[in-house]
Amino acid sequence: MASMTVQTERPPSGPADVRKGADVVGSGRPTQRAASRAGALGPYLLLLPACAATVLLLGWPLVKDVLLSFQNLNMAQLIQHVTEWNGVDNYKEVLTGEDFWRVTLRSILFTAVNVVLTMLLGALVGLLLARLGKRMRFTLMVGLVLAWAMPVVAASTVYQWLFAQRFGVVNWVLDKLGWHSMADYSWTSSQMSTFFVVTVLIVWQSIPFVAINLYAATTTIPTELYEAASLDGAGAWRSFTTVTLPFLRPFLYATTFLEIIWIFKAFVQVFTINGGGPDRLTEILPVYAYIEGVGNQHYGMGAAIAVLTILILLGLTAYYLRIVLKQEEDEL
Amino acid sequence: MKRSLFGRLWPNATAVVLFIGFVFPVYWMFATAFKPTGDIISEDPVWFPTDVTFEHFRTATGVDHFWTYVTNSLTVTILAVVFSLIIALAGSFALARMRFKGRRGFIIGFMLAQMAPWEVMIIAMYMIVRDASMLNSLVPLTLFYMMMILPFTILTLRGFVAAVPQELEEAAMVDGCTRVQAFRRVILPLLAPGLMSTSLFGFITAWNEFALVLILNKEAESQTLPLWLSSFRSAFGDDWGATMAASSLFAIPILILFVFLQRKAVSGLTAGAVKG
Repeated sequence: MASMTVQTERPPSGPADVRKGADVVGSGRPTQRAASRAGALGPYLLLLPACAATVLLLGWPLVKDVLLSFQNLNMAQLIQHVTEWNGVDNYKEVLTGEDFWRVTLRSILFTAVNVVLTMLLGALVGLLLARLGKRMRFTLMVGLVLAWAMPVVAASTVYQWLFAQRFGVVNWVLDKLGWHSMADYSWTSSQMSTFFVVTVLIVWQSIPFVAINLYAATTTIPTELYEAASLDGAGAWRSFTTVTLPFLRPFLYATTFLEIIWIFKAFVQVFTINGGGPDRLTEILPVYAYIEGVGNQHYGMGAAIAVLTILILLGLTAYYLRIVLKQEEDEL
Repeated sequence: MKRSLFGRLWPNATAVVLFIGFVFPVYWMFATAFKPTGDIISEDPVWFPTDVTFEHFRTATGVDHFWTYVTNSLTVTILAVVFSLIIALAGSFALARMRFKGRRGFIIGFMLAQMAPWEVMIIAMYMIVRDASMLNSLVPLTLFYMMMILPFTILTLRGFVAAVPQELEEAAMVDGCTRVQAFRRVILPLLAPGLMSTSLFGFITAWNEFALVLILNKEAESQTLPLWLSSFRSAFGDDWGATMAASSLFAIPILILFVFLQRKAVSGLTAGAVKG
């Protein structure tokens, strides 16, 4: 069961085994040389559909987004199908406005809190998995996989029910625990409580990925390392910091990076739980771009916000992205 | 090292608490879906349903266009997965088995494509689709969903293709197979676990997609299940029974697939293929 991990979202490091296979084909044996020359176009032809799809379906929207961000495009222009270029006006308006910066700061804080919680709790659960007996481990794994497999829209609907003002289980439990003011509490009535629900939802769904992968990674640590450490007189904590942690470091980097990307774009959770409300106080950048652009029909503005959002995301992940790209270049 | 009783107890105790924490929301969804309304809106929660009713499922599936949503979701999801598998198979074979100029660039490109912030680009996608007069159609949805899962599929299949021993393919070619035949008869069957796990991932992504269909398809005839589910609350007020029944119906295919396909994906098909 542990190997569900490897395939589900492989942290971006190239499989080392590719190198072996690659040199053999094509260049070598004399009998194949003629054929291979004719087939020199082969790999490009094989990659053509994938590249065409990427350029058309991913590249074009990206370019289009940048183009739109330099246009004055509201309801009127949309209906009349006219293109009005307005230079950097959209950017000026967005960047000089207070809203954008507030939402940006909120997004970064939101991402930071969720990523830290996910990684910390996920790592702890992963280490716990490694310590459990076989049967107990399997049981906990089943629970984790269920939470992981829940479709996001379904999960967010269930959370609305758990945190419902009337007849919601959470309020009932809090009331029974003696916090009687929570008996009829509306979780969507304030910014912090809405974020609380969204955070619980996201962390609940993200922990399994971290925990199960981390557990799988710990099983690959050679036991000799632990034996050597204990021969050197290392206790449990020291062997953890000198063996386990260094071994897991690349994995932890990769997972943190993926979690940053996923959580920063958590459109669906925020949008379905409370639509960015109350009073637009829980809008994070992707939701803000959507509500400004589509909701308020300032499409050009929305596009500018989207471009800025992508730049911020690139900035947040640049450090790790550089490592990955360098590593790939060394490996390939 | 002998552990104290406490040292042996706390991991198990924590595991039990965690298990309950992770399973409870899923359990509560199903439990609520099967409970009579009286048990759902009771002052004290009914933890274990005693009377089971299917009424909420009837309400949920009785919504206008329900079967249209189901058909749409299935069509879009399955087509997106199949197309991306076909395209990715060709590409991943080239990336894993052939050496050519720019190979590294292609791989890095797909890696970056895998991180594409789709949720942020929906305005541009809306404009493109609108200019092509394709709003309220399943075609753009299928294409974009295919693209959302394509980079992951290529990169993952590349690993699986690379893991098939080169010797097998060569042996087949020595026995007179062409390269294409060798691929079809030797590599493809061994790729089954890889195909399973990538299609599982693709299916989940496309089945769950919400932001794009929300903006592209405003007409009920062309909408998919995530929209049906998210609009449920406003349409039915506080009918939590029906809402949870809808959530259950939406989640079940994914939960089953996850459990079922995961097993298959794990079985090491290549294990005994080359005996040393």
